Amino acid sequence: MPLVVVSDLTKTYLLGQTAVPALRGVTLAIDRGEFVAVMGSSGSGKSTLMNLLGCLDAPSSGSYHLAGQDVLRLSSNKLAAVRNTSIGFVFQQFNLLARATALENVELPMVYAGLGRRERRRRARNALAQVGLSDRGHHRPSQLSGGQQQRVAIARALVNQPLLLLADEPTGALDSVTSEEIMAFLVRLNEGGLTVIVVTHDAEVARYARRVIHFKDGRVVSDDLNQHIRAAA
Amino acid sequence: MKLVNSTLAALRAVRVNKLRSALTMLGIVLGVSSVTVMMAVGGGASQRIQIEVRNLGANTIVLNSGALKSRGVSKGQGSRPSVTLADAQAIENEVPAVVAASPQHNFAGMQLIYGNANWSTLVTGTTPEYLTIRNWAVSRGRAFDREDVVQGSKVVVLGRTVAEKLFGNQSPVGQEIRINRIPMTVIGELAAKGQSLAGLDTDDTAVIPISTAFNRVIGRNPANPRAISGVILKVRDGANMAAAFTEIRQVVRQRHGLLPAQEDDFHLINLTEVMRAKEDSARALGILLAAIASVSLLVGGIGIMNIMLVSVTERIREIGLRLAVGARRSDILGQFLVEATILSLIGGIAGVALGVAGAVAVERYANLGVVLNGQLSLVAMAFAAAVGIFFGFYPAWKASLLQPVEALRSD
Ligand SMILES: Nc1ncnc2c1ncn2[C@@H]1O[C@H](COP(=O)(O)OP(=O)(O)OP(=O)(O)O)[C@@H](O)[C@H]1O
Ligand SMILES: [Mg+2]
Repeated sequence: MPLVVVSDLTKTYLLGQTAVPALRGVTLAIDRGEFVAVMGSSGSGKSTLMNLLGCLDAPSSGSYHLAGQDVLRLSSNKLAAVRNTSIGFVFQQFNLLARATALENVELPMVYAGLGRRERRRRARNALAQVGLSDRGHHRPSQLSGGQQQRVAIARALVNQPLLLLADEPTGALDSVTSEEIMAFLVRLNEGGLTVIVVTHDAEVARYARRVIHFKDGRVVSDDLNQHIRAAA
Repeated sequence: MKLVNSTLAALRAVRVNKLRSALTMLGIVLGVSSVTVMMAVGGGASQRIQIEVRNLGANTIVLNSGALKSRGVSKGQGSRPSVTLADAQAIENEVPAVVAASPQHNFAGMQLIYGNANWSTLVTGTTPEYLTIRNWAVSRGRAFDREDVVQGSKVVVLGRTVAEKLFGNQSPVGQEIRINRIPMTVIGELAAKGQSLAGLDTDDTAVIPISTAFNRVIGRNPANPRAISGVILKVRDGANMAAAFTEIRQVVRQRHGLLPAQEDDFHLINLTEVMRAKEDSARALGILLAAIASVSLLVGGIGIMNIMLVSVTERIREIGLRLAVGARRSDILGQFLVEATILSLIGGIAGVALGVAGAVAVERYANLGVVLNGQLSLVAMAFAAAVGIFFGFYPAWKASLLQPVEALRSD
């Protein structure tokens, strides 16, 4: 049973009177442990798909099963629990709380998981250590570089040990060296068994992935296994 | 657990966003404190009137000699003394509504001497009813009685101020003083009444039997040897004051032999009416102050509303992120509700404290009595808190209904 099963998923935005179809029927299955790159030109619907997979938005039609669960039928509290424990989301713009420290940002998902203060602090430290930021725990986002902020965001995405890591252009705001570091880290996570889906414009980045899905005008136009997987740096 | 988390998150938000928190509280503080001060000042004004009314005694009509206008020019009170002891007696006998009539023979600025100390004050010659009508208690010794009036006893009851000027803290009772060079025995001291509304010291007076005043201490008026200064009349509780007033006037006019075309040669004042007019103006002042207070509370409320709306809008992205990492709606609502409540409570308490301090300052430096009204402060606090909580909570509630990505996209 695949981890992610979507069938005939559509999303249409309404801009005043005009309907903007962003997804026009996407059917996909992604197994546990896969590393998938999603590519396509700007406006092709990649972010829209990721938001739906991350339960951050509701589709116009279609179905979505995550780990066998029909998430579109879940109550809002159950859905919150799915976002909290099953999914880790990494945004292009990091989306850290500006007034909170790195540790506090990483602790946030655990607050909503109902973990105690001490346990949260312990796990947040570990997660920051994993992304190589042990010494930056008390820094605010504004006191960190872009690459460091994105690593804090990844630590936050991982801290509740999700089934699925979704990253929407995680390196879009970073230089190439930093991008490689981040991608290498995602690859290592995947090698540890985590299912990873990454949106990217960058063919170099896509070469880390075993499977590459191309989007055009809200549809999947190709879904290939990558012949030349790059080794993690 | 959840409430604890929300509270901690809210406290953190209050602490971290100092400026925003301070601005929100400022509106509440100003609104609540201005209501507290205004209402305290208004309450003080109406309390002063009430004390004055109590000091004067209720249902009182005063009859004074004189005030005859000739060719349109008032000669002032007592310019042609006309009221006599017999008038006082006649009113008491002929007007059923009048329960007591206390004739008075006054002299302002009479010299009182005790040893080396001397003091000049208002000396009032009157009957024992005077103190009853004015609700005036004797704090030491006794008041003079009917017998003293009949005998023309040389006894005096001192007001608190006079007693203090002549005797300090010693008891004046049993001492001998001289009034207008006539030796008089102090038999009592009156309880303190304080200032009248006009700012005069009510306690700066000495009261003696009217016979003694008439025959020895003050003497007769050369223009009319039978005239006294006036009469204080007490009307029965529940009687129609206006009707009593007219009746008294008719009795006096008849006794003075005035033709219908002639003006009164006396002056009749309904003190209750005067007091009612003063009460009305105090009430008007109170309403004005309340209106000002309401406006400032409203302005404070609008301030709170603005800050809350702006800051919550700013934070819709934060709400989106919290939802994205797994916050339930109730987590978001709890956090914002607790945060708005904390701000409102702190602001409200600070507002009451500032208002009380302001009222105390008014009392001390403007020398105006104030009466704090805790209930109104609470109402103001509740209003400010309701505004703060509503506008802190409502946008958060709306944002929590959004899909996480919609909230994240907002700016
Ligand atoms: N909130 C929205 N309201 C209206 N239209 C939207 C909204 N979000 C996206 N769209 C439209 O939906 C389409 C797909 O957008 P989407 O963000 O998924 O593209 P994308 O593939 O992620 O592009 P990019 O590579 O530039 O990020 C676009 O045509 C876009 O204009
Ligand atoms: Mg996109």
